[in-house]
Amino acid sequence: MNILVFVESAEGKIKKNSLEAVAFAQAMGGSVTALALGNVEISELEGLGKYGAKKVLHAADEKLNQGVIQAYAAVIAKAFQDENSDVLVLSDSSLGTPVGARVAAKLGASLASNVVELPNTSAGFNVKRSIYTGKAFAHVELTKPKKVIGIKKNAAEVKEVGGNVSVTPYQASLSDADFSTKITSAEKATGDVLLPEANIVVSGGRGMKGPEHWSGIEELAKTLGAATGCSKPVSDMGWRPHHEHVGQTGVKVAPQLYIAIGISGAIQHLAGVNSSKCIVVINKDADAPFFKAADYGIVGDAFDILPKLNEAIKAAK
Amino acid sequence: MKILVCISHVPDTTSKINFIDNNTKFDTNGVQFIIGPYDDYALARAVELKESSGATITVINVGLVDTEPTIRKALAIGADDAIRVNAEPTDSFFVASQIAEQAKAGGYDLILMGRESIDYNSGAVHGIVGELLGVPSISPVMKLDIEGNTAKLAREIEGGKEYMEVSLPFVAGCQEPIAEWKIPNMRGIMSARTKPLKVVEPSTVDSGVKLQKFELPPAKGSVKMIPADNVQELVNLLKNEAKVL
Ligand SMILES: Cc1cc2nc3c(=O)[nH]c(=O)nc-3n(C[C@H](O)[C@H](O)[C@H](O)COP(=O)(O)OP(=O)(O)OC[C@H]3O[C@@H](n4cnc5c(N)ncnc54)[C@H](O)[C@@H]3O)c2cc1C
Repeated sequence: MNILVFVESAEGKIKKNSLEAVAFAQAMGGSVTALALGNVEISELEGLGKYGAKKVLHAADEKLNQGVIQAYAAVIAKAFQDENSDVLVLSDSSLGTPVGARVAAKLGASLASNVVELPNTSAGFNVKRSIYTGKAFAHVELTKPKKVIGIKKNAAEVKEVGGNVSVTPYQASLSDADFSTKITSAEKATGDVLLPEANIVVSGGRGMKGPEHWSGIEELAKTLGAATGCSKPVSDMGWRPHHEHVGQTGVKVAPQLYIAIGISGAIQHLAGVNSSKCIVVINKDADAPFFKAADYGIVGDAFDILPKLNEAIKAAK
Repeated sequence: MKILVCISHVPDTTSKINFIDNNTKFDTNGVQFIIGPYDDYALARAVELKESSGATITVINVGLVDTEPTIRKALAIGADDAIRVNAEPTDSFFVASQIAEQAKAGGYDLILMGRESIDYNSGAVHGIVGELLGVPSISPVMKLDIEGNTAKLAREIEGGKEYMEVSLPFVAGCQEPIAEWKIPNMRGIMSARTKPLKVVEPSTVDSGVKLQKFELPPAKGSVKMIPADNVQELVNLLKNEAKVL
């Protein structure tokens, strides 16, 4: 089985979720080729060998420095054919998911996104995917010879299995038509831990009373090396930026630890956090529904508990 | 401008998810169905564009006859007419192929839908429709303005946003805060009853995706409560029991 992996990068570095995609492909067995587009540091590309890539293709054309969905899909589909690939693996993300869909349609491939574990190939090619926003799973068989699978965070464990490999330049034949979408600028929260990839998330709800009280959340997040999140009303009211909104209609997170402070735990919020390994809830209302979904809970005032918790964690480090 | 808005008919976000028939079928018993929340944003933006620059809006849904109340709701919110492709929406490629076929026939300037449905969460229909029509597809779109033949959009990326320009026609998968959800008013509800709803039969498509079975996640164990005056205990448990620190 030939597996092509689309690896994403940001500021020249391979994204963590793409390392998971390489590790996933490696664990599937078969021969793994990684494909990176645009500006990526050479050492980052060579290092993909450590996670199981046998071959690394790099389409370095500067037109690919920006993630234009249509153009990326064209390059990836062409590489899939050039490499005689059977399966494309990518990680579900704001770029990966829409690109994967177009690639599948181009190739006439079976498509499954949100895949949570390795395919079962004992009879056919079966994948388990998360549905109903984390409330259930579907087992589906992918019956076409070509397959595209998008994996959800934590679907594979990233571990070193080999050494560096050399990088092969990939000559992408780019057509102007694929670049009709012009990216004019981007705004990025730099230096912060990105919410969708974070191992720990500290999240605040309406119980935080106002944006001026977020320093407590930010300090705890800093101590933990965590990303900050929030409930929907908090971003709707403009207390926090929209990309921090967690839940059914926002970011779905899957961290090791999710700490919810002053969030009631409405079912739409829970839908975005139910893949977390461990959930801590701090709420002054003992009947807050979030406690039913939590591993650990404290009934109390957030403004009283936050600084104490921050100190205790600092001391424990 | 002609806008096509694709809507999914999905369980209300508070629904309890259960399966029947040996875990091969979704249990609709006691479940309320709604317009997919992301599709609802797309529809709301389409209605705003109609109000500001005089567009016509067609809504399309791939579904069996039980989705018609959901389609009527979209008409009540402000769509002008509707198409229902009479088939079970089994997977992204199937649904996208039906939409693409209708879109080709209708010649739309703009095709809007949610970034994903909240039942299967594939987030793929916009991309596949774009590919089948040979036009750009952009998702997740959080801002959309049209000036003449050009659209200015903002797309959400991890930890930020990207701004872009594209010529019509194109496909967009929408999410908040592109617009605020609209609630139908009485006049809308009355007029929706008589707006045209065309039912068409699906074309045959092999998506190469076959459902085997559904599964529910294991039930969550019970919560351990820690007294508010003992945060140290919480830290100990996170460190030694949960092993997440
Ligand atoms: C279709 C749809 C989609 C939605 N999608 C989302 C989504 O993606 N994400 C999302 O979050 N919501 C979503 N919602 C909204 C959701 O239903 C809830 O309204 C929302 O999650 C509530 O946010 P909250 O918990 O911050 O606020 P509230 O429900 O107001 O809860 C505030 C909590 O803070 C506690 N509190 C108050 N003061 C303190 C204090 N001093 N110390 C400690 N605790 C305190 C209170 O006891 C309460 O439990 C959606 C709703 C709909 C209809």
